[in-house]
Amino acid sequence: MALPTYASPLEKVWHYAYLALCAAIFFFLIAPIVVVIPLSFNAEPYFTFTDKMLSFDPEGYSLRWYRSLLTFGMANPDAPGGLSWWADAWQNAKWVKAAKSSIIIGFFSTILATVLGTLAALGLSRPEMPFRRIIMAVLISPMIVPIIITATGMFFFYSNPCEPLTWIGLNPECGRLAGTYLGVILAHATLGIPFVIITVTATLIGFDQSLNRAAASLGANPRTTFFRITMPLILPGVISGALFAFVTSFDEVVAVLFIAGPDQQTIPRQMWNGIREQISPAILAVATLLVIFSIALLTTVELLRRRSERLRGLTPS
Amino acid sequence: MPNAIDPHAAIVTEAGGLDQGGTLRTADGQPLKAALARSSRRARRRAFLLVLPLLLFVLLTFVLPIGQMLQRSVKNDGFSANMPQISAWFAANPRGTPPDEAAWAALAGDLQAAAEARTIGVVGTRVNYDMPGTRSLFTSAGRQIRRGIEPPYREALLAMDEDWADPKLWSVMREASSAYTANFYLAALDRTRDDAGNIVQAPEQQRIYVTLFQRTFWLSLVITATTFLLGFPIAHLLATLPMRKSNLLMILVLLPFWTSLLVRTTAWMVLLQQQGVVNDILVWLGVIGNNQRLQMIFNQTGTIIAMTHILLPFMILPLYSVMRTINPSYVRAARSLGATSWTAFRRIYFPQTLPGLGAGALLVFILAVGYYITPALVGGSSGQLISNLIAMHMTQTLNWSMAAALATLLLVGVLILYWVYDRLVGIDNLKLG
Repeated sequence: MALPTYASPLEKVWHYAYLALCAAIFFFLIAPIVVVIPLSFNAEPYFTFTDKMLSFDPEGYSLRWYRSLLTFGMANPDAPGGLSWWADAWQNAKWVKAAKSSIIIGFFSTILATVLGTLAALGLSRPEMPFRRIIMAVLISPMIVPIIITATGMFFFYSNPCEPLTWIGLNPECGRLAGTYLGVILAHATLGIPFVIITVTATLIGFDQSLNRAAASLGANPRTTFFRITMPLILPGVISGALFAFVTSFDEVVAVLFIAGPDQQTIPRQMWNGIREQISPAILAVATLLVIFSIALLTTVELLRRRSERLRGLTPS
Repeated sequence: MPNAIDPHAAIVTEAGGLDQGGTLRTADGQPLKAALARSSRRARRRAFLLVLPLLLFVLLTFVLPIGQMLQRSVKNDGFSANMPQISAWFAANPRGTPPDEAAWAALAGDLQAAAEARTIGVVGTRVNYDMPGTRSLFTSAGRQIRRGIEPPYREALLAMDEDWADPKLWSVMREASSAYTANFYLAALDRTRDDAGNIVQAPEQQRIYVTLFQRTFWLSLVITATTFLLGFPIAHLLATLPMRKSNLLMILVLLPFWTSLLVRTTAWMVLLQQQGVVNDILVWLGVIGNNQRLQMIFNQTGTIIAMTHILLPFMILPLYSVMRTINPSYVRAARSLGATSWTAFRRIYFPQTLPGLGAGALLVFILAVGYYITPALVGGSSGQLISNLIAMHMTQTLNWSMAAALATLLLVGVLILYWVYDRLVGIDNLKLG
């Protein structure tokens, strides 16, 4: 934003002060995320820059915390490297196990949230949809209701999923969902659904319904119309919704704390333990990897958004 | 018209015209009105069927668990289920009846049965919620009573412990004896019942919840205000810069938004701790001495700083999308009519940003009120919010009904705000990124 030519000297000073303020706020936004990256290469178990790091002495930096991510929890971390060492890391290292369960839970909950969410968004975007407002409010609410409340409710439900049946006089026996992969996947799918609904309905706002009619008038049945016309056009929105759902699951810790068992320790859960118990720079190494991961996701979503806008004939912004 | 994709189009192209009665008819002779009604019914059913699977899923995995939580907040079976005889006596005799020999006999019988069934601990724990220090009364009575007990029961129980005659204990047991109770809500509002059953304020040292609700409300307001102060200039800058530049700068807003919550919280712990980067820089600059390092974390300051950072994008994004649509010629017109830049901003520009401001502020406030992870990690004891207390009751004291009552009160507050948000902004206008 250029300063108008008629600006007075005072306004010029004010303008530059304003730009400096904005720079400071951007610094506040981004600095905490950037600063963990060099700190994760610290050779000492400290959370600040050592003198050696500040003088760029190579001895001040090391990869020891990244290595500790692999070895932490291994049965025999000092064994000579080789196939058995890697097998040990794959089987026993806590962070590796956490990454595996995070990916399993994230993958299946994303699929569930995306399929159900996209179908619902298609229905919600039709002008004929009855009770649209109230249904939308219910479907978005998992995002608005504080996670601690959701997790509390889920704890009761997942510990004994048949309890509500006793309210109507039945008394069936059924197993627990708490402590199983299925339980955590269902919980995370619920939390990811609002994001899918929001992104897909936003894509459908600009969707030209006459394209569907054109396809139908040319003899396509509803199925063909959906897969050949609708789907390719809304796909960018569906994929960004799926990425949002995946990130929600990948970053979720409260529901995992409440309903997961020892087999479903995800990365955030492992970080939570690490922060609460013995905080070591290994946490910063994980944080760095997660920052890189989020940069990759952000780039993907931005590219998809631009592609979607181009497809729908909007001016790219 | 069974296979018509768009029934309206079919009716228009093949309209049958008017019959003798003056009714419009379609080509196959049905009244037009009925055909239209049927086709719109079919369209509504189709739209609804698309939404139905998800609706059922959310009802099952989200609404039902919340309902179960509501039920748990009034459920009171820890005592009543394990002490049936004395519960029946309480039900049969009005409040204020002094315990007669029948009551003592019922109590002794229940204690004996509970001790045999090893549920006496559950009973003691339940009474202990309302009257701290009574759990051992029940467990030790259980141990002694298993060796046998002879009438008269009153004297036998009093011989075990004088406290059995305490009228407060009998009042608490009466409260605990109904299968459903509102007492957890009373406790959540720092109220309790006295011996006569009247609702009174809890003793001074037990009043924690109202203070915590107030603190949660107050800290959320402060966080909303700081996100507004920091978010407004940024949103304005992004909205007035040319697209290419603002898109680049937008990445700086979106990157924190996409970064893991735990990563951001960890980063603030690393930065703000006493031996952390911020204190190091301040010492190096000579602002503070090495022995006066600031305590910026594990207190309210830590909660406010970290949560402002985490919630800032939720303020910037709605403000930005409203500011983008503001026509700059209004401000120019004001300036050309002689307004100073401050007047033009205050009278012309700022009022037009209010919809975005309202949306952002409500969203930030709603999210802040229920925050759990960040206060738990950086809040110390003075920066804890109501969510942290819910988690404590869920995982440490295991007083689940209390946790459910607190969660329900918080839920009511959030749902009211959500309703206001929907009225003012509309959920459809919620945007991500």
